[in-house]
Amino acid sequence: MRRRVIFRGKVLPYLLLAPQIAVTLVFFFWPAAQAVRQSLLREDPFGLRSEFVGLENFRAVLADPLYLNAVRNTAVFAAAVAGIALGAALFLAVQADKRIRGAGVYKTLLIWPYAVAPAVAAVLWLFLFHPSIGLIGRALNAAGMAWDYKLDGAQAMLLVIVAAAWKQVSYNFIFFLAGLQSIPASVLEAAAMDGARPAYRFWTVVFPLLSPTTFFLLVVNLTYAFFDTFGVIHALTGGGPGKATETLIYKVYVDGVQNLNFGGSAAQSVILMAIVIALTAVQFRSIERRVHY
Amino acid sequence: MRRRFLAAALGLAAALPAAQPRAQQAQQAPVGIQFWHGLAQPLGGLLEGIVADFNRSQPRYRVVPSFRGSYPETMVAAIAAFRASTAPHVVQMFEVGTGTMMAAGRAVKPVHELLRETGVEIDFGDYLAPVRSYYATSDGRQMAMPFNSSTAVVFYSKDAFRRAGLDPERFPETWPEVAEAARRLKAAGVGCPMSTAWPTWIQIEQFSAIHDVPLATQANGFNGLNAELRINNPVQVRHVRNLADWQREGLFRYGGRDAAGDALFPSGECAILFASSGLRARVVREARFDWGVAMLPYYPDVAGAPINSIIGGAAFWAMNRGPNQGRSAEEWRAVAEFFRYLARPEVAARWHTETGFLPVTRTAYEQVRASGYYERNPGADIPIRQLLRGGGQTTENSRGIRLGGFVEIRNIIQEEMEKAFQGQQDAQQAMDNAVARGNQVLRAFERQNRGG
Repeated sequence: MRRRVIFRGKVLPYLLLAPQIAVTLVFFFWPAAQAVRQSLLREDPFGLRSEFVGLENFRAVLADPLYLNAVRNTAVFAAAVAGIALGAALFLAVQADKRIRGAGVYKTLLIWPYAVAPAVAAVLWLFLFHPSIGLIGRALNAAGMAWDYKLDGAQAMLLVIVAAAWKQVSYNFIFFLAGLQSIPASVLEAAAMDGARPAYRFWTVVFPLLSPTTFFLLVVNLTYAFFDTFGVIHALTGGGPGKATETLIYKVYVDGVQNLNFGGSAAQSVILMAIVIALTAVQFRSIERRVHY
Repeated sequence: MRRRFLAAALGLAAALPAAQPRAQQAQQAPVGIQFWHGLAQPLGGLLEGIVADFNRSQPRYRVVPSFRGSYPETMVAAIAAFRASTAPHVVQMFEVGTGTMMAAGRAVKPVHELLRETGVEIDFGDYLAPVRSYYATSDGRQMAMPFNSSTAVVFYSKDAFRRAGLDPERFPETWPEVAEAARRLKAAGVGCPMSTAWPTWIQIEQFSAIHDVPLATQANGFNGLNAELRINNPVQVRHVRNLADWQREGLFRYGGRDAAGDALFPSGECAILFASSGLRARVVREARFDWGVAMLPYYPDVAGAPINSIIGGAAFWAMNRGPNQGRSAEEWRAVAEFFRYLARPEVAARWHTETGFLPVTRTAYEQVRASGYYERNPGADIPIRQLLRGGGQTTENSRGIRLGGFVEIRNIIQEEMEKAFQGQQDAQQAMDNAVARGNQVLRAFERQNRGG
């Protein structure tokens, strides 16, 4: 049945691909190669003396208890952000999917936070929760709770998690809503006729049918929590107090840009690069195979 | 990270071509000098005023000032620019960066070399010893041009002192008395009796100097890159423990890292603030209450204390353009003339009286004193008197600090102090951890710069 079309020239296809390849090379492969090169060197801040040290930077990073601290922080942070953002978005999407008055307005408003830049989002939360100038922060202190996220590590972590999750809810909401709308009504009606109550219908019919969306969003949210939350952390806590909110990506910044330790910072970047590659591979494979549509 | 770096470099590269043609037609148009500084308002405006005066004072050179964010941000920006061959001619670098700049090899143009090559003369003998020596090699060659030098002092609210029944004209001299005063303030209803800006600089570095205890071996790093931190000594640990105890008692409030604590005094929130003498300009402008300035307190049972405090603030460094690019003789000449202008007594005196930074030369100090300024502004001479406390003979522990990677070490100390203030560890553990982590930074810096 199928006829294979074969183009004779070899030049044209490569020519057509060239812009894409050029962009990928210049903006992805070249910086990545630079990072790998830098991770094998020891260099003074001004770049005047550099020395090849093999894997010493990697050994130093992995033996650093503060790096393990950053790994722990990142795990807690990413799990909490993904959990809260997915849970809240799913709840809101299910509510918005019902036939209610003003659903359009409701949906639009829920999408807005996604348009807020991370640093701006952080400043909004700062004005709410700052212990001496924040609305809620002052109220908490007035109510007798010692709220000072600049000194209390647990409170600082809580604040950056909530701020980061809040920003991601909108994105998840859109996908969940689309996912819910694509579930055929007939399936739900059949379940209803069999006597399944709404909660039971949700967990046995709707939730499994949403699984491709959920899985996709889980990966996206983890990536977001790993890499896109720099602005939130930078503006709210700067990684402190102590090192309580220093995540992997923030540590790359602190070591490279603030402390001018380029080798160590590059080694951490390379490790992060490996994590992204792994996450992407997992996502592609699973989407192709396991998750059923 | 790489991408941000690249973006920054591209941005700088795009901004530069405007400056290039000017250098080529140097004969007619004035020689343009890029000058990056790290002073926010109101200090930044006052500094740019001095630059404007220099530009008006002669037709051949034009210094273009530009604000690059806080001191650490300015330092990082200058280093990144150097790597991209777009470094400014002159950069204002805070004293913490001195160790890094000293080891920077051909990235910087040492001032003594600059003056010799251009034939411009500046009398460094007139500079106050603690100021001059902070930015000179141990054999006395001047590396950077001292400019805004400060030291740490106490600002206190006389109104709050009166309310608490304390003598508003006499600030307590010793720490036990200060704690007692804080208790009285708290009892009188002051929510924040005392706080500190620059926790590391004031409560560790200044504290070590005043009590004549070493911050690090090798004369605080002046004698070599192999220095090790010594801040886990009993005198220092006792002080950090006291601060943590006072914090629990409600006498002391942690005001945040670096300059974050500054805001707590002019707003009237805290009655006592340990801060840079350079905060004076802001207090004069913003404080709506009666206030005073006093010298840093000490522990009376420490033998020899108190002696002179050390300086902070910043100096101006002349930089080469990039790893493989230098400057023309005309450009160096412009930089040298700019430096000579800054050394003029009237310029130094004006900067001192407008801002509260120290008069950096003896002539400027004498000029200001003769003008009767200190009678009209009580307390304005406290910083310089404190700097000369104990006879003005600096010891190995009070000459200054010259440690590589010191920006990072300061953050480490601040982090460990924060953990102590949170009650996660006691003062001894905090200082032990700071020493262990700080020494790793020192060793890494030593390896990076070995054989330089």
